[in-house]
Amino acid sequence: MDRNPQNSFQDMILALHDFWSAQGCLILQPYDMRMGAGTFHTATTLRALGPEPWNAAFVQPCRRPTDGRYGENPNRLQHYYQYQVILKPSPPDIQDLYLKSLEVIGIDPLKHDIRFVEDDWESPTLGAWGLGWEVWCDGMEVTQFTYFQQMGGFDCKPVAGELTYGLERLAMYIQGVDNVYDLAFNDRGVSYGDVFLENEKQMSKWNFEVAETGALFDLFNKAEAECRNALANDVPIAAYEQAVEASHIFNLLQARGVISVQERASYMGRVRDLARGSCEAHMAKEAPAWAEKYPEWSK
Amino acid sequence: MSDFLLELRSEEIPARMQAGARAELEKLFRRELDAASVECGEITVWSTPRRLVLIARGLPLATEAVSEELKGPPVGAPDQAIDGFCRKAGVDKGQLETRDVKGRATYFAVKNVPGRATADLLAEAIPAIIRDFSWPKSMRWGAASISTESLRWVRPLSGIVALLGDDVVECEVHGVTSGAVTLGHRFHHSGDITIGNADDYAMKLRAGHVIVDHEERQDLIRSGAAKVASEAGLRLVEDEGLVIENAGLTEWPVPLLGRFEEDFLEVPPETIQLTARVNQKYFVCEDEKGELANAFICTANIEAEDGGARVVDGNRKVLAARLSDARFFWDVDRKKTLAEHAKGLERITFHEKLGAVADKVERVAKLARWLVEEEIVKPNTRHSREGGNPDNGGGTGNSGQLDPRLRGGDGLSRDDLADMAEQAARLAKADLVTEMVGEFPELQGLMGGYYARAEGLPDAVADAIRDHYKPVGQGDDVPTAPVTVAVSLADKLDTLRSFFSIDEKPTGSKDPFALRRAALGVIRIVQDNDLRFGVAQGDLLDFFADRLKVQQREAGVRHDLIDAVFALGGEDDLVRLLARVHALQSFMDSEDGANLLAGYKRAANILKKEDWHGAEGEIARTGEEDPLAIVDDPDLKAVVAAKMEQRHASELSYAAEPAEKALMDALANSEPAASRAIAAEDFSAAMAALAALRAPIDRFFEEVTVNADEENKRAHRLDLLARFRAAVHKVADFSRIEG
Repeated sequence: MDRNPQNSFQDMILALHDFWSAQGCLILQPYDMRMGAGTFHTATTLRALGPEPWNAAFVQPCRRPTDGRYGENPNRLQHYYQYQVILKPSPPDIQDLYLKSLEVIGIDPLKHDIRFVEDDWESPTLGAWGLGWEVWCDGMEVTQFTYFQQMGGFDCKPVAGELTYGLERLAMYIQGVDNVYDLAFNDRGVSYGDVFLENEKQMSKWNFEVAETGALFDLFNKAEAECRNALANDVPIAAYEQAVEASHIFNLLQARGVISVQERASYMGRVRDLARGSCEAHMAKEAPAWAEKYPEWSK
Repeated sequence: MSDFLLELRSEEIPARMQAGARAELEKLFRRELDAASVECGEITVWSTPRRLVLIARGLPLATEAVSEELKGPPVGAPDQAIDGFCRKAGVDKGQLETRDVKGRATYFAVKNVPGRATADLLAEAIPAIIRDFSWPKSMRWGAASISTESLRWVRPLSGIVALLGDDVVECEVHGVTSGAVTLGHRFHHSGDITIGNADDYAMKLRAGHVIVDHEERQDLIRSGAAKVASEAGLRLVEDEGLVIENAGLTEWPVPLLGRFEEDFLEVPPETIQLTARVNQKYFVCEDEKGELANAFICTANIEAEDGGARVVDGNRKVLAARLSDARFFWDVDRKKTLAEHAKGLERITFHEKLGAVADKVERVAKLARWLVEEEIVKPNTRHSREGGNPDNGGGTGNSGQLDPRLRGGDGLSRDDLADMAEQAARLAKADLVTEMVGEFPELQGLMGGYYARAEGLPDAVADAIRDHYKPVGQGDDVPTAPVTVAVSLADKLDTLRSFFSIDEKPTGSKDPFALRRAALGVIRIVQDNDLRFGVAQGDLLDFFADRLKVQQREAGVRHDLIDAVFALGGEDDLVRLLARVHALQSFMDSEDGANLLAGYKRAANILKKEDWHGAEGEIARTGEEDPLAIVDDPDLKAVVAAKMEQRHASELSYAAEPAEKALMDALANSEPAASRAIAAEDFSAAMAALAALRAPIDRFFEEVTVNADEENKRAHRLDLLARFRAAVHKVADFSRIEG
């Protein structure tokens, strides 16, 4: 096993931070809410709207309750990390920058087979879509690479490039480890399992068996109502947070298996309405200032 | 003469779009040449993931000057006419020339279109091609995308090489400027490559580790994959789709063979092949016994320094993770019986107005049983098999004396068959709620078959579960094993009846529930197994008729012949209907058929001209558009027959002419003969009987005056023609036949 202590999980993250910071990206911290993907971070969704340049990189913990496996599956987790980079407008050398970032974390493209394989992205919940690829390293998907075309139902003007690295997968690959819990978190003998195994066991149990569903339904309704309250009072960022909250509660209800197939579409529609409504309100609030600063831009 | 090279470089173009893009590039380039009236020699188009290339040979350096003369009005014509001519010709009045035409001074407009440099034409053509290029999906990118008017391309367009001869064709499209410089392989070549002309392009790129010709890459993958397989003592399972896809994903393809743990081979081979192919784009291999081997072949895009050992090892791990999932599903799914899985179908909605899948299963089970009990599907319907069951994927190794229940359903009693059809129908959808089918929906049916066999159900039941979706596409096998036929037919008929009952019919291009495919499936099962029953009524029968028409048309049956048979109406037995169509087709190909048709048309024209409705018309003038419709009205059949007989029997009030008599006699023979043949469903014989009318009808037209002065003669002769027409209509509505 060509395990390299230089490439501990945390060192990998730090290397990415150094690299993207040097490219002029803001290094942000995770959004302090439970969410299913880094794309939900306002630094991605809301910042993808409007004409202002925006370059940021951050780690976002992601919660996917239905992916929990009680710590027994070597690849699947209900909580894991994504590394997000958002570059707006998408620079002409974005692919080269990305490939350099892989070299920084130890992937040599003359030893490993790197491929850009068509994979378009769509999030009906966010009213968003984009074209791009999943990036393969020796047949393994390590990054989702997307040029956002629409967000919240609005054309992205200009288009942002979004890179989403699956950190655990990349680290497993680089460290030559077959089980995520065996990853070296640092180079002093602390493993990923030491940090997260117990969490996975308990959270899987809670997600699937324990969470009180009556309370969850209640939370969903309250988040929905609060989103509307925020919209009515012209605080779209607050409204958007409630949409994110509703989305996660919905995922928990799914994991508890209490949403029937028929109801599922209806719940997804409600979340979508909240997310889109928040994006629309954000757009409406910011558009006049944007139009003034960027005369070539129009909503 | 000069050669032209165009390279459009972009970020990775999806593999599945490259063939279409090559065709589009050539089409648009030809469009531009045609518009400028430029001829060229051979055109070659190539693609890689990062470039689209076109080479056009033998372009002229300039277009020829064209001189055109237009003749106008004579001198002295009204000003209006002269002005109009000038407008049309696009010249001023002062530019007109005067020439003598047959002694008359006449205006001429002479236009000289100067020749243009081909380079200039191309400089305009390239941006037009790029702007008009149609991709299945396209996008905006970069700073320019602050406007939605910015250029759209499949992925960001990054460079244009345009060379006519050795010279750059200078142009610019949304900030991308043409030149002679391109890039080589993403990893094997750094720095620019400067192209000299169309001739050194492929060579220079090859030196930059790019094989621009997609067909060459495909060949490399095909032969390379076969080679690494044979070096490992295996045989490549050929897969042309994968060859093309991998060639679309690589600029320097290197097939590499890897091994996965042998233990994984315990899961069904289709599962392994599917996950390797769909998820990873790997080829698989067979051993000398033709069984799936524990090997995969991936196609790398690099010549790795270590010969690909790391690449193979990485791919092996990814595949192993996928195969562990598959094995996990296989193990978990088999912990429950299919009957237990089937309970989960209550939770799955089939359609909001049609209830759960479990409800559908209940209906299908009853229908499958009914099809057997009514002897529509019979034991051993068509094919008898010798010993064992050749298409039994599980292989129970039967030989010699067999319990028929263990075979494909041949030789079963009707009751056994009914029981098995019902049982198979009840379990056929159970795999939809298994983990494996949840992960790989393409394996629906197939997995059900495996699980059925694993729990020891009879092969006939397992086969029916496996094959009940068939036929899926046009080339797909049609079930013939009785149990499978019953379940497959019941499933499709139920789908059609259910959706028609809630008025969810396909419209135009919309067919969200694939009802057309279901109807075609029913038609093919009925056809191939010779199943005799009324498939449907009302709207649904019309729908079947439409599908049958499309199917027959595609099979090369003339559409007018199909119409001629369908126009008879009311037929719900598809086998009989097709027999009639096919008999008509071969009849119309014969000389008899063609001549009879000519006679028929002549008779029908006279009857139409004389507005003669014949005996039938007199009996019941229903006011319908087609008075002949009553001939097929069962309620009136007896009345018409009696009346006709009376008329035909009644003595003629005059002496019939020989040709008239001959036709009467021929009809007296042919009519009952045709009717008998039709009753016996021997349509060829019915048409042969009609063919006997050919000579008498020809002679009748030659020798007899229909519109005789005497009213009684005229009436009789028109009646005779009406009888002839009615006799022909028993077989098909010849008025629909062209020719």
